[in-house]
Amino acid sequence: MVAAIIALSALALVASFGLAMVARAFAVPVDPKVEEIEGALPGANCGGCGLPGCSELARRIAEGRADVDACPVGGESVARSISRIMGVAFAGGGARKTALVFCAGDDETARRRFYYNGVKDCASAALLFGGDKLCGYGCLGLGTCAGVCPFGAIEMSALGLPVIDPSKCTACNKCVLACPKKIIKLVPVSRRVHILCSSHDKGAKVRKACSVGCIACTKCVKEAPEGAIAMQDNLAVASGVPEIPDSVAAVCPMNTIRVVDLGISAPADAAGAAAEGAAS
Amino acid sequence: MKSGTFFGGVHPRYEKDLAGGRPIETMPLPARLVVPFAQNLGAAPKPVVKKGDEVKRGQLIAEPQGFVSVPLHAPTSGVVQAIDVFPHPVGADLPAVVIVPDGKDEWAPGLNVERDAGDLGADALRGVIRDAGLVGMGGAAFPTHVKLSPPKDKPIDVLVLNGAECEPYLTADHRLMAERPAEIVEGASWFAKALGVENVIVAVEKNKPDAIAAMRPAAEARGYAVRALDVVYPQGAERQLIFALTGRRVPAGGLPMDVGVLVQNVGTCYAAFEAVRRNRPLTERVVCVTGRGVANPKNVLARIGTTFGDAIAFCGGLREDAGKIIGGGPMMGVAQYSLDAPVTKGTSGIVVLTRREAVQYAGDPCIRCGRCLRACPMLLNPSVLSVYAERLRFDETAAHHVLDCIECGCCAYVCPSRRPMVHHFRRAKAEIRKKQARAV
Amino acid sequence: MEERLPDAGPKAPGTKEKTEEPIARFLVSSSPHVHEGIRIRSVMGLVIVALLPASVFSIYLFGLPALFTILVSVASAAGFEWLWQKVVRRPGTAGDLSAVLTGLLLALNLPAGSPWWLILVGNLFAIVVAKQLYGGIGYNIFNPALVGRVVLLVAFPVHMTSRWISPSAWGMDAVTTATPLGRAREALLATGSVDAALTRNEAIDLLIGNRAGSLGEVSVILLLIGGIFLLAKRVITWHAPVAFIGSVWAMAGIFHLANPARFADPSFHVLTGGLFLGAFFMATDYVTTPLAPAGKIVFGIGCGVVTVVIRLFGSYPEGVSFGILLMNAFTPLIDRAFKPAVFGARRAKTA
Repeated sequence: MVAAIIALSALALVASFGLAMVARAFAVPVDPKVEEIEGALPGANCGGCGLPGCSELARRIAEGRADVDACPVGGESVARSISRIMGVAFAGGGARKTALVFCAGDDETARRRFYYNGVKDCASAALLFGGDKLCGYGCLGLGTCAGVCPFGAIEMSALGLPVIDPSKCTACNKCVLACPKKIIKLVPVSRRVHILCSSHDKGAKVRKACSVGCIACTKCVKEAPEGAIAMQDNLAVASGVPEIPDSVAAVCPMNTIRVVDLGISAPADAAGAAAEGAAS
Repeated sequence: MKSGTFFGGVHPRYEKDLAGGRPIETMPLPARLVVPFAQNLGAAPKPVVKKGDEVKRGQLIAEPQGFVSVPLHAPTSGVVQAIDVFPHPVGADLPAVVIVPDGKDEWAPGLNVERDAGDLGADALRGVIRDAGLVGMGGAAFPTHVKLSPPKDKPIDVLVLNGAECEPYLTADHRLMAERPAEIVEGASWFAKALGVENVIVAVEKNKPDAIAAMRPAAEARGYAVRALDVVYPQGAERQLIFALTGRRVPAGGLPMDVGVLVQNVGTCYAAFEAVRRNRPLTERVVCVTGRGVANPKNVLARIGTTFGDAIAFCGGLREDAGKIIGGGPMMGVAQYSLDAPVTKGTSGIVVLTRREAVQYAGDPCIRCGRCLRACPMLLNPSVLSVYAERLRFDETAAHHVLDCIECGCCAYVCPSRRPMVHHFRRAKAEIRKKQARAV
Repeated sequence: MEERLPDAGPKAPGTKEKTEEPIARFLVSSSPHVHEGIRIRSVMGLVIVALLPASVFSIYLFGLPALFTILVSVASAAGFEWLWQKVVRRPGTAGDLSAVLTGLLLALNLPAGSPWWLILVGNLFAIVVAKQLYGGIGYNIFNPALVGRVVLLVAFPVHMTSRWISPSAWGMDAVTTATPLGRAREALLATGSVDAALTRNEAIDLLIGNRAGSLGEVSVILLLIGGIFLLAKRVITWHAPVAFIGSVWAMAGIFHLANPARFADPSFHVLTGGLFLGAFFMATDYVTTPLAPAGKIVFGIGCGVVTVVIRLFGSYPEGVSFGILLMNAFTPLIDRAFKPAVFGARRAKTA
């Protein structure tokens, strides 16, 4: 009995000593800042910054190879706490952004040119003639963006368009990269009026394909203040400055331009409802 | 390996009787021809005509861009009505020139002249074949002159004439072999001359006894062998065909020339005959218009640019229950959404399936039955690949050799869960290539 | 034959179009565009057909209780699957017959005259726990029917191991008895050796199934006929069953040669218990066994070794279920070890 206790204790001593040696020999020098920064980051490992995970971004920020506001998800508060850790001044970042789908062509408003049967994934569908929508620019509606969203901010509506909840969206950019039609963009949540179309087709072709597409009638350009909207290859595009007033939405004959309250200060459920209103 | 076989494969319903007994009919000129620029693998040729131009048959309308590219010729005489985007049978909307025939069908000067090509050397032959715009007419549309220019360290010692035509329904090569054997063999002899190859094998599946009977005297007159192959899909796929005939394995990721073999479709051989002996660029081809969705299946000699709609109308039109239009065969062809898609150099068939005949993919979960493993002629594990692709784990698909997939469709053909296997693999390949392109 | 159509299946042009004129006319999908015609349902149906001879024979042997067990089990398996998919709102797969097959297999693994609640509990575990909670068909790790059986074996040992009915045509004058494996074990425990007479003279009875046991395991001949039918239809391959039965025979043979008094001869071990049922119908289950032929052989040998070890040295008389379930857990590992070689890859390596 005594012998066993002594033997076990000796074994424990040897083992712990060995472990300590190994830990010292293989220790990785870690800048304490890295751990602190990693603690300040959201920790979702979403990849929105373009790096494999939060720890990698933390390392880069600590080494000065990335900006304190490099995390697109954390927003201003995270940037502020990281700047405190790094001991640098933070001027205050840009406005909070959210993803928005620049297409309003759902199952009722946009027409399809064939019956698609295959992998339920937009990028796969786009391999066959670019997708089944008659409009070559339109949302394919198979929900690839919703699948890649790490925050559950995207849901597919019953009519086959993605609905993005701005209160959950962190502007991580994943859906923007995943969309094969490249029609999801990040916009400041403060912007109210949006042109929900991405088609560069001529008006007649757009009318055939979709009842809510931009037909390049230029009414909005005339109604909006100078420089707010420009025609780019048959598509009205908002420049961002100056802001488009709400009144412009009323002049759009196709109902392409809509007031979308992304709820900068509104409660979350109201914002969701607004986004849903935008999509239908 | 006497009778010729390979690993895996399937035995689909061949349905070759629909059009197999119908001699090739020459189709009258349609009201317009839609000629896409991209008709070869590699770089598409650049247009040299504009709206309103008058063209003669065989006149150059687009010039090649680089080595892996071929010129494009006007399929008949007429006026260029427009250059616009049209559905292309490869599965995309691409620019094409629209030609309205003037009905005279006049050849451009210097073309359509018989010549005794006996004194043409290897380089001259390659030049003639390139200038005639020849591409592989079995479907892949790879420029023929590139295939005929192997690097010095990879000498070719066997030329295979691919008359297997293992795709179900299609009978274009079958009819061509049965009706024009001498021309095909002569065309092949020009390839053999350009390559300096003595050993030429004509490979035909056993289900075409009349084609074998017709090819045998023509081939043996030149000392070429005719080999009757077992009827297994995909017997006509290059790697499988080479293995069945010679026992040589094309290395994974390699080309047939790595084992000293060159495979040419019999239709390409016929086009070579036309180019070398008659000085005719490639402006027409045999297309098999078939399937139960077509009123009157036929093998037609149609101009390049004939729309599917016109070709089908020539064959009695669509039946009411037509549900799927395929450019090519039902195993590897591309489903079309529009009858405006034109016949291109690589269009061996137009197959119209009824709604009942066409497969409906359900994409149920893989039950790991292993049928796809037994069917895959590349010995891949389609089951695992499709699961990884479904979960967007494309690095794993690369590790499981998805890039070696030849998209023959055997796995999807036997899948009890009706999984769109090939679609998954095409997506995975596209993602892997995108990643490789970014890495460069 | 009705087919489940995709969301936008081909309809007659002009019907149900919301916009003014129809644009979509044709079905577009990736190649290939034709199919052999096989469905999950047809595969499962063939397995069920292959089990019918043994099932019908069990009714002849054990009478109405056997019929009752089969009917309750199949109905409850299909019912649980349907109910679960209703509750979680998953698209229904009850039409694919896989739940029916699970219910039938579980019934064939139960003693005749099992009470209805026992059958229900078994199927609850088989369908809901072992199959649906793992994600439904294609995603389960363990063979559902065997999970159901083992749960019952552990939770209700009395019902599962000691209430065997001795066979008599149509269940007349049924008396309670023990299975041959059970009797061999009792003899071993009582006298220190297996009863040699008992294990040798019964071969014919064992073959045709004139013995006590769970419903489906008794008639080796009928199970073999079903297995050969599946082999001929190319539903299953020979690898796992042959490796399984062969390894049981070989291993039992080695022990028998070493000590004939303690260990029964190998043919007794091959013909008794649920070996044929397990080897042909459960070690060949698609979802839970390896894909590649070499992997199937390894799987079969593993099953055989575990079975013999449990039979000879474990506390249960029978080890087929445990053997298969244990090997189910190794299936992903075996799959990883036996990747098929790509066509041309071998040459590329030597070149």
